[in-house]
Amino acid sequence: MNAESTLNKVEAGAVDEASRSERTRGGTYYQPNVDILEKENELLLLADMPGAKADAIDVRFEEGELTIHAPVTERQSDDAKYLLAEYGVGDFYRTFRVSEQIDAAKIHAEYSDGVLRLHLPKVEAAKPRRITVTAQ
Amino acid sequence: MVRYRNGLNPIWQLRGEMDRLFGDFLGRANLLPAEGAPQRGEFPPVNVWQRDDAVLVEAELPGVKSEDLEISVTGNELLLKGRRNDFEAENVAFHRRERRAGEFQRVLRLPVEIDAQKVEASLTDGVLLLTLPKAEAAKPKKITVKTQ
Repeated sequence: MNAESTLNKVEAGAVDEASRSERTRGGTYYQPNVDILEKENELLLLADMPGAKADAIDVRFEEGELTIHAPVTERQSDDAKYLLAEYGVGDFYRTFRVSEQIDAAKIHAEYSDGVLRLHLPKVEAAKPRRITVTAQ
Repeated sequence: MVRYRNGLNPIWQLRGEMDRLFGDFLGRANLLPAEGAPQRGEFPPVNVWQRDDAVLVEAELPGVKSEDLEISVTGNELLLKGRRNDFEAENVAFHRRERRAGEFQRVLRLPVEIDAQKVEASLTDGVLLLTLPKAEAAKPKKITVKTQ
């Protein structure tokens, strides 16, 4: 892999936060913490979404914008007497702009132990090619 | 300070601020981290509430397997200990790295004595729920007034 081009890509940011002003969704939601890794053939996004249900997680990829939404229902009754409350419970929602060329048809995801693993395979043209120089 | 997650409910945030300003704003002097432990930005964050018969502790532990979690109760002290495995970071470039990895440990001092033998724990979709039954002596007693 060409180290220099990879570095440039990281600096340019193959994945950006989509502009907040574009967001029209109302209500309370929480931004999940994510890791986004770039591998040779794919971008891999790991999102912490504790308390979500696999079949309710909604992932959309449209025109380079990736949206993750997981509805999470309250787990305690409203009249619970809190002694300590350090986090809120509600939907997870976050959007990203992906400048890398992604093969949308091959996007797939798994969810286990409260973590979403989203695979975004690169289109063929975006994969690095190793060019062998042969000596004559 | 590391905030585990953005967008904490503003009411709770305010409550936290008040606690810091005035100390024990809502009469929770007993529910403090045990001595020596840092107080803010700890992992995992917890919600604690109580019923007549039990104290309930919930913690968000996404990516933590039950075998990597150690929970123990001594008197009124609850210890949560474990590790979250780091991602194998070979041959990859990180565009975002927000998820915490590695070992964590947290001690909570509960407001009442707990019956350690009857503590129940479940870990579902990254959410840990502990039911800590109060010791007999700590349960509220209902006193019936007899009419003559």
